[in-house]
Amino acid sequence: MSTLTYAVHDSMTMTRRNLKHAIRYPAVGFGSALTPILMLLLFVYAFGDAIGAGVGGGQDAYVNYLTPGIIVMGVAAGGMSTSIAVCSDMTEGIINRFRTMNITRSSFMTGHVIGSVIQTMVCMVPVVGVALAVGFRSDASALEWLAAAGLLTAIAFAVTWLAVALGLASKTVESASNKPLLIQFLPFLGSAFVPADSMSPGLRWFAENQPFTPMTETLRGLLSGSEIGNSGWISLAWCAGITLVGYVWSRSLFNSTTKR
Amino acid sequence: MPSSVMPTPRKGGGPQAPAAVSTIGLRKSYGDKTVLDGIDLRIPAGSVFALLGPNGAGKTTTVQILSTLIAADGGQAQVAGHDVATSPDGVRAAIGVTGQFSALDDLLTAEENLLLMADLLRLGKREGRFRAQKLLERFDIANVAHNRAATFSGGMRRRLDLAMTLVGDPQVIFLDEPTTGLDPRSRRTMWDTVRSLVAGGTTVFLTTQYLDEADQLADRIAVLDGGRIVAEGTADELKARIPGSHVRLRFTESAEYERAAAAFPGAARDEENLALRVAGDAGLDALRALLDRLDAAGIRAADFSAHTPDLDDVFLTLTGDGSTGTSLHVKETLR
Repeated sequence: MSTLTYAVHDSMTMTRRNLKHAIRYPAVGFGSALTPILMLLLFVYAFGDAIGAGVGGGQDAYVNYLTPGIIVMGVAAGGMSTSIAVCSDMTEGIINRFRTMNITRSSFMTGHVIGSVIQTMVCMVPVVGVALAVGFRSDASALEWLAAAGLLTAIAFAVTWLAVALGLASKTVESASNKPLLIQFLPFLGSAFVPADSMSPGLRWFAENQPFTPMTETLRGLLSGSEIGNSGWISLAWCAGITLVGYVWSRSLFNSTTKR
Repeated sequence: MPSSVMPTPRKGGGPQAPAAVSTIGLRKSYGDKTVLDGIDLRIPAGSVFALLGPNGAGKTTTVQILSTLIAADGGQAQVAGHDVATSPDGVRAAIGVTGQFSALDDLLTAEENLLLMADLLRLGKREGRFRAQKLLERFDIANVAHNRAATFSGGMRRRLDLAMTLVGDPQVIFLDEPTTGLDPRSRRTMWDTVRSLVAGGTTVFLTTQYLDEADQLADRIAVLDGGRIVAEGTADELKARIPGSHVRLRFTESAEYERAAAAFPGAARDEENLALRVAGDAGLDALRALLDRLDAAGIRAADFSAHTPDLDDVFLTLTGDGSTGTSLHVKETLR
C-alpha cells in the first residue's frame, strides 16, 4: 500500500469511529438539526409577518427568504460543534494511543472532519423538511439542488476545519464549546434573516463583506431563483480560504500539543 | 552520573548484543525545571525492566520520550532498533503503550475498541476479528464484549486497555504505572499478564512506584529520583547495597534510653521515639548476645524488633526524601 492509500484507509477508520459516536448518541450527533428548526419556526411564526412586510411580502414570502439563511446557519453551527468532539478527544488518553501508533498523523483530524460534514449534511434534511412543511417553496431544478448541496458541503468542510483548529486550541471542553459561538452567530450579522441594505451603515458594510452573506445569497439564488451575481465565486473563495487556514492551523496545533 | 549532553552518535551503544531499548544521556526540561538529567538505559530484548521512583521522578516523561509522544531536549534513544527522533514511525510500528490514563474510547464497546485498533493496524477484517475475539477471552472481558467501555470498572478498563495495546503484537510494551489504583486482585491479574507477555518474548518496560511490583516482575530495576538514575541492578543487587540487618530497641524513659545509648555506642539514635537501631545480623546467636549485653547493663527495653532489609529500605535510602519518620531511619541506616 502506498502512503496515500494508508492515509485514506486510516481516515476512513477514524471517520467510522466518529460516525459510530454520532449514531450512539443521536442527541449529540444529530442535535445540530434542532437549533435551525427552532429558529425557523420562531422567525416564521413569531416575527414572520413583521419582518416579511419589510422584505416585501407576508409570512409566505419571508419563509422563502429565510430558509436559505437558516440552512447556512445550521451548516455553520453543525460544523462548529466538531470543536467540542476534537477537544474532548484531546483531553482523553485515547489521543496518546493514536499518537504512539504508526498511523497517518492527520487521519485523526480528517476523520473528525469527514464524519462531521456527513452528520451536518444529514442534519439539514429534516431542516429542509420542516421548511417545506411551513410553506417554503423552491423552483430549483435538480441541478440547482445538486449545486446547493455542493455549496453546503464546501461550507461545512471549511467551517469544520476551522472548528478542529479551535478544538485543538482549547484547553478544556467548556472553552471549546464557547469559542465557536461567534462563528455560529455570524450569519445573523449578514443577509440570513434580513437584507443587508436594511442595516445601519457600519453594520451593513460588515454584513456585505463577511463570508456568510455571499454564501446565503448564493444558496438563496439557487433555491429561490434570486440574483446570484458573483456571490457564487466569492463564496467558493471564502470556503477555500477558510479551509486552508483551518487545515494549516490544525496541523501545526496537532503536531505541537500533547495534552493529558 | 554525567551531567552534560553526550552528542557523539554511537550505533547500538557498543559491542554488546542489540538492546530492545537503549538511551544515552537523555535529557528533558520544562522551562527551568529539569525533569530528566542524563538518563542512560540498556534493556535487553525479552526482559522486564522496571523504572522505579516516587511521584515526579520523571518516569512518565521517560515513557513519553521513548514512545515518541514528546521529544527529548538532549541525548539519544533507540527503541527496537529505531531512533525515536529520526525514525518515530519505525518505533511506533514496534511498540505498544498502556499509559497511566486509560486510552479507551468510552463511547465504543470493548469489542469495537479492539476492532478500532485492528483497523488502524490495517490487519484486515478477518484477522482483526480473530485477534479481538482471542484478546477478549484472554483478558476475561468476552462476556461484556458488547458493553460500552464507559460502564467498565477500573480493573476491567485496565485489562481492555492492555488488550488494545496487544492487538498489534508489539515487540516492546511500555506500561506506565499499570497497577496504580487497582485493587489487590486486579493487580495480581495484571502481574500474571505481564509474566505471560515475557514468556512470549516481548520486552516489557514498566514504571511503578510499588517496590513489590518491581521485585515480583522485573529482571532489572532502575531507581529514578529527581531525573537521575540513582541505582540499577537486579532486586537482589539493589538489596545488597543496603547495610545489613539491624535490631531496633525502644525505651519508655529517656534515662533508660541514654544508658542504653552509652552501652551501644555504635547504634543509631532516634531521639523522638526513644529508640536505638543496632546494626548486626538478626540471627538467634547475635540476638542472644545482644540481650545478654542489655541484661549485663541492667537496662530494660520496652520494645524490641529485628529487621532484614527489603526493597523498601533500598528505595527510601536511595530516593531519601520521604516523611520525617522514614527519612530519619534512612539517614541513620546509611551511617
